[in-house]
Amino acid sequence: MTNLFNYIDRPSPIHRLTGATKFVCLLLWSFAAMSTYDTRMLIGLVIVSMILFTVGRIHLKDVSFMIGFTLVFLVINSIAIYLFAPFHGTEIYGTKTYLWGLSGRFAPTAEQLFYHFNYILKYLATIPIVLLFVCTTNPSEFAASLNKIGIKYSIAYSVALALRYIPDIQKQYHEISQAGQARDIEMTKKASLINRLKSASGILIPLILSSMDRIEIISNAMELRGFGKEKKRTWYMGRPFTATDIAAMIGCAMLILLSAYLAHVNGGRYYNPFI
Amino acid sequence: MEKELLLEFNDFGFQYNAQAEPTLHGINLKLYRGERILIAGPSGCGKSTLVHCINGLIPFSYKGEMSGSLKLKGTETKDLSLFDISHTVGTVLQDSDAQFVGMTVAEDIAFALENDCVDDPKLHDKVKEVAALVDIDDHLTHAPSELSGGQKQRVSVAGVLVDDVDILIFDEPLANLDPATGKQAIELIDKMQEQTGATVIIVEHRLEDVLHRPVDRIVLMERGRIRADVTPDELLSGSLLKECGVREPLYLTALKYADVKISPDMHPSSLDKMVIGDADKAGLNDWYKSVEAGSVTDGKSELLRTEGISFTYREGEKIALNDISVKINEGEMTAIVGTNGAGKSTFSKVVCGFETPDKGKVFYKGDDFAEYSIKERAEHIGYVMQNPNQMISKVWIYDEVALGLRTREVPEEEIEKRVEKVLKICGLWKMRKWPISALSFGQKKRVTIASILVLDPKMIILDEPTAGQDYRHYTEIMEFLTDLNRQGITVVMVTHDMHLMLEYADRAIVFSDGRIIADDRSYNIITNDKIIKEASLKETSLYGLALKCGIDDGTDFVRHFIDYERKHVREDERGGVYD
Repeated sequence: MTNLFNYIDRPSPIHRLTGATKFVCLLLWSFAAMSTYDTRMLIGLVIVSMILFTVGRIHLKDVSFMIGFTLVFLVINSIAIYLFAPFHGTEIYGTKTYLWGLSGRFAPTAEQLFYHFNYILKYLATIPIVLLFVCTTNPSEFAASLNKIGIKYSIAYSVALALRYIPDIQKQYHEISQAGQARDIEMTKKASLINRLKSASGILIPLILSSMDRIEIISNAMELRGFGKEKKRTWYMGRPFTATDIAAMIGCAMLILLSAYLAHVNGGRYYNPFI
Repeated sequence: MEKELLLEFNDFGFQYNAQAEPTLHGINLKLYRGERILIAGPSGCGKSTLVHCINGLIPFSYKGEMSGSLKLKGTETKDLSLFDISHTVGTVLQDSDAQFVGMTVAEDIAFALENDCVDDPKLHDKVKEVAALVDIDDHLTHAPSELSGGQKQRVSVAGVLVDDVDILIFDEPLANLDPATGKQAIELIDKMQEQTGATVIIVEHRLEDVLHRPVDRIVLMERGRIRADVTPDELLSGSLLKECGVREPLYLTALKYADVKISPDMHPSSLDKMVIGDADKAGLNDWYKSVEAGSVTDGKSELLRTEGISFTYREGEKIALNDISVKINEGEMTAIVGTNGAGKSTFSKVVCGFETPDKGKVFYKGDDFAEYSIKERAEHIGYVMQNPNQMISKVWIYDEVALGLRTREVPEEEIEKRVEKVLKICGLWKMRKWPISALSFGQKKRVTIASILVLDPKMIILDEPTAGQDYRHYTEIMEFLTDLNRQGITVVMVTHDMHLMLEYADRAIVFSDGRIIADDRSYNIITNDKIIKEASLKETSLYGLALKCGIDDGTDFVRHFIDYERKHVREDERGGVYD
């Protein structure tokens, strides 16, 4: 069954970073990549992210589904931008260079294509890092490290707990919907949307009721084993922060500074080769 | 040497806030260190409430009014906190799947230690130590979905043992396990008790299975009171068990049919150690010879046939069904047995069309079932899930039963007729205007069966029809199914319960590792050593009794016992069971 976290246990320097470090780095990195349109920096980020991806020992086939999904999304997004704002690039860069002697409403301009190139680079700089985070972070260790950076352990634990029970609930949903179909609660594409919504309630009610039973059992089980007793708790999967963690976070924070610096030099978020 | 008194109930009572009547009255009970206690009683007798009082969920999670006194190691529990109690009392819940809170085995075992702020290296060391104790240390990094039911239970036990508790409570430890694993669970509990010296409390209504290992006392409860607090030998010699609706071991039932008088000095609590005099042996032999063999009528015409069905859930995974060919005739009452993951449920799903086989065919009355959709199949073969809560989606009984007809756009007058008929068959007519939430588990089960029957199928497949039910409800559900069967409906039951298979199924199909390894009369299956081993079943104690009493053909003895029960006993117990 597909899971939100797709942790792949292959020891690497990236795996050895704590989950919280990776999470903070992910946020900093994405912020840096999203804020700048400086082509040089983006190309640099893309190269570094590709390198990190190999350092993390994640293979393309591990993440092929997610990559495919984002690429399709990226293509649709790019086409939409072009259709709705075919001259957005010329507005940004201030010049209008028609290519191949074409002109008209949807004629390609160098500026527009360059804008799209930057836009795609942003994606390429971010996607590997997101995938890297998802594939190299053990959810339990993530919960442990979130708690270490000051998030309440009940909240941190609920992250891990949700991941623990998602497969169970998926399985239950599947079973209930099968039994429902036998009584003609049609959930396939043959039924109209309204009928499908109606049918969904026929599955959700038993699902919610049986989940409620479960929640009572789980919370009893947790309390009986002392969950919530102390202000703190230790974590079996917890790992101490190391110098590498700090270095990684400082490195990513530098990216923000670099992005700000480039914005200052370029006089804006965009690097303009057309002037 | 005086044993240390750990727990003392003194004229104790408890009433839940939401209820009009107290659930427990006048409880007097003492538990000493190192004792093994079995708490037995029918559903609703208060045994779960009693356990909640011991482990602190009452009064800390479930609110209500306590009376009298309940002292844990000399302190009133209401003056302690739930967490204080959890250091002394460890509870292994009935549903070891739901109790599994960690992502992996190791984390789940570590849970209590983490909450206690135990730091490394002690944390990891202790987990390793306890995992080795319950023999799960090879699976430390496994997720719950990768474990069998027995392994999950081992993890639950380990998760409680890390706390060095004085009292270990097992709440229905056998409920979700196949017979052989259940036997191992009782052995594990026994071993843990020996190694830790803790007091063990087992709550279970399957007396015979628990007595696989000795217990010191049995506390028998009924309607919120303790009816008996005696040694197993004493309890089994009397008639209290039957009065309270708890099933006694089958070998004792057989002896009683033969008019053998059971007394404590015969040590009836264990068949191996039991002393049966020559006169009694002769009595049993005479009884055996006097029983007329009943006849089983085989179904005549073929209803369902599968040919070489193979199925794998996902590519590369283990084969769930491997070349299954089987025939079920009209009017049969058949059990499908085997361990978890043997393919029993997958088989039902393929038959009902929830899954499509990779190879092979399903024929219904000779027609290829592949042409039928799930919905169309349901009009011929109904499927009843184990947990009725997973099937019920309406508030009112009438609407729930009518649902399948309404979505098929049957005219309302006809719906009314058909629902009425099926509600009467299922003994629900008087309750037709009730909300489903007001029903007991067994009644809900009947509602789900009714909602399937209303579609007028020729055959129903039930997944664990009696799981978690006490003897009375078990009998009630099974007699109901027998009744349906007499009215011409073919019944197939997927089950772990050896009693059910022996007593109610004429025929048993045994699955193991995706294959059918046996298909025979139930009494032949349950007395066949090789099949029992391979499919993780459990031999019936009737067979052992026969051998012990010098009856050579143990299988024939078992068969006579079943015939006798069907003819003489159950007829008397029937009638009025649906009220």
